[in-house]
Amino acid sequence: MSNQKEEIRIGYYVCHCGHNIAGVIDVKSVAEYCAKLPNVVVAREYKYMCSDPGQELIQKDIKELNLNRVVVASCSPLLHESTFRGATSKAGLNQFYMQMVNIRENASWVHESKEEATEKAKDLSRAAIHRVAFNKALEKKKVPVNPTALVVGGGIAGIAAAMSLANAGKKVYLVEKDPTIGGYMAKFDKTFPTLDCAACILTPKMSSVLKHPNITLLSYSEVSEVEGYVGNYKIKVTRKPRYVKEELCVGCYDCITACTFKEGKFPDEFNFGLSKRKPVYIPFPQATPLVAVIDEKTCIHFKTGKCPQTCAKACERNAIDFTQKPEVVELNVGVVILTTGFQPFDAKKASNYGYGKYPNVFTSLEVERLVNASGPTEGHVVLRDGVTHPKSIGIIHCVGSRDEKTNKWCSRVCCMYSLKLAHLLKEHSGAEIYNFYIDMRTPGKGYEEFYDKLLNEGVQFIRGRVAEVNDWATTPEEKGKLLIRAEDTMIGMVRRIPVDMVVLAVGLEPGKDAQEIRKMFNISCSNEGFFLERHPKLAPVDTFTEGVFIAGACQGPKDIPDSVAQAGAAAAQALALIDTGHVELEPNTAFITEERCCGCQVCVAMCPYTAISFDPVKKASSINEALCKGCGTCVAACGSNAITQNLFTDVEIMSEIDGILIN
Amino acid sequence: MTNMNTEQWSPKIVAFFCNWCTYTASDLAGVSRLRYAPSTRVIRVMCSGRIDPEFIMEAFAKGADGVLIGGCHPGDCHYSEGNYKCLRRYDLLQRYIEQMGIDTRRLRLEWISAAEGKKLQEVVNEMTNTLKEIGPSKIKHVVETIEK
Repeated sequence: MSNQKEEIRIGYYVCHCGHNIAGVIDVKSVAEYCAKLPNVVVAREYKYMCSDPGQELIQKDIKELNLNRVVVASCSPLLHESTFRGATSKAGLNQFYMQMVNIRENASWVHESKEEATEKAKDLSRAAIHRVAFNKALEKKKVPVNPTALVVGGGIAGIAAAMSLANAGKKVYLVEKDPTIGGYMAKFDKTFPTLDCAACILTPKMSSVLKHPNITLLSYSEVSEVEGYVGNYKIKVTRKPRYVKEELCVGCYDCITACTFKEGKFPDEFNFGLSKRKPVYIPFPQATPLVAVIDEKTCIHFKTGKCPQTCAKACERNAIDFTQKPEVVELNVGVVILTTGFQPFDAKKASNYGYGKYPNVFTSLEVERLVNASGPTEGHVVLRDGVTHPKSIGIIHCVGSRDEKTNKWCSRVCCMYSLKLAHLLKEHSGAEIYNFYIDMRTPGKGYEEFYDKLLNEGVQFIRGRVAEVNDWATTPEEKGKLLIRAEDTMIGMVRRIPVDMVVLAVGLEPGKDAQEIRKMFNISCSNEGFFLERHPKLAPVDTFTEGVFIAGACQGPKDIPDSVAQAGAAAAQALALIDTGHVELEPNTAFITEERCCGCQVCVAMCPYTAISFDPVKKASSINEALCKGCGTCVAACGSNAITQNLFTDVEIMSEIDGILIN
Repeated sequence: MTNMNTEQWSPKIVAFFCNWCTYTASDLAGVSRLRYAPSTRVIRVMCSGRIDPEFIMEAFAKGADGVLIGGCHPGDCHYSEGNYKCLRRYDLLQRYIEQMGIDTRRLRLEWISAAEGKKLQEVVNEMTNTLKEIGPSKIKHVVETIEK
């Protein structure tokens, strides 16, 4: 290291990855080829380089053969770079003297021709062998982690994650966009497969959140700006005006009773429009926090300014404040857990099922409210007219799921919730229930048993996708009924079944603000729009942005048990980060060699983080390492070659290019 | 392997992929076992903004038949705007290589997000086919002749 003319001694290791690499790439010939390249002291192949014996092989060679550079040709560096860096440093060599070659994701898994894949593996290995000679010894920079967490989204996943962190003694900010936490679970009646009441298990948790000394709940608020990096995020949260002072309101309902509107007039969001609310309202009796909110879109005061403001007069505590403005709160946190959930598929998009056209076609979520004892009908199952009890009900599965025209994915929860609704509808109404399904998907503890139970309850099951729902009666008995036309694949016939009520089992989609949130937190989405995990198996709650974790249905369709489990996993990951106390940052920052800098200041304008400043006395620019995030844009812009990016120096990249192309 | 006169000739593309979007997309293509032409040789950089035009000229001078740059979609850059810087350099470079007599189709810039393994597959296959139509690059030969 000290001597510039040190002899480069490279150890080259190519991994079989079982058959994953060796099945396509002739690893033996790659190793033999690399053994002959300049500076290579040893070239070996091994079944699993990432295993302990594989790593020990490298360490032994470093010590015995006096290696000072290591090249590992295996999988993606995004997967195992840290493994091999660790192995290298354990043997006493600086970890950045290790260079990885991706011959699995970038070669053996994507190419059929063995010759060409092998040729590619040789090219890529040669490039790394050229490059590694120029690699520099670097140290990772340690920065402290702020021990406070931010959880975005107050559904069951967010509640569970926040509680785990808070119980571990960490300060947590829980941000919820709606006036109350609870999410979709708060709207459900019973939960499958145990049929325990959702409110009974959820609402105590909601109040624990509110009461917990370590949790600060910011309801009716949205994250509006994110800055910083792992361990040190600066988050701006916009608190939307409730027009009711949260600290004064006790949720007595006096303002709601006193509202100029004597009856509810506007669709109640909590009941999916099945009931009406006033402009001043509390979403539901167990809302947390139990604070009224005034909807400025419907409130007479905001629309005309001519309201007698009976609500304000009725409030003994003077909690109503029409002058409230959006307020921005700044939070400093070390870790973030995103639990922003899903949105249900818009049933109107599946136009052949007549939602919005025939009043007695309901979505499953509406029916959740109908069967709910605290719902708009107090648990009475009635048609849209509010009085008629249905005698026959058809439940259509896979609406907006497993469908080429809408969403291709299986929403995972619909089979089970349809079975649950079938049970509850039968219990509440005694009606004849028909389930139309493509496949019955009930994997989960006690789930198949629940299906068995339903089979014995006299619920009808018809295997086949429903083609259409219409009201074209052909017989007097069919008049006024909805006709479900479906192929019954069990008997190989098309059937027409008249029913009074149709329930569409709508699937789960990425939340409507998922893209905005993704951009703010700098994470990725998978193709369908759910947040992308770092690794589907080994890092299911991590994202590609360090310190940002995901849990619940924002990552993909998920039921309550899975959401809670994932929330726990995300909390554990966040805790690990907090309790380590510091993070090690990749040393890929850039620096300016003062003697070479001509002072043109082109780089200053390039930097999105204002990390570069110009010193008029020295007539040279310099980079503030703490602000530099290591993109390297300034390096490419420098006309004097005065800027160097650690880990990605010009000579390192140039030697990689040459290594690829020069045989 | 690379016999220039037969149908078998396969172009060599030096591909600069940003760590956050396109490199991840190429990992995804791998995990999804999407087959594509074995023409690319990927060099990972943190951001497409790091790609110095010199790298591209070096690749051509040393015999690359094509250079592919992969970055995050506009608005999605992990470093806010590195991809815009890359785009500006790319536009200028396209004009530059045209004046040098290099077919501009040999240099391609694509925004490929971490979720777009499929797009990566399509882009590589498409570019490989285009390069097969244009044929092997003679730039290396020209450079060597001039140097002599």
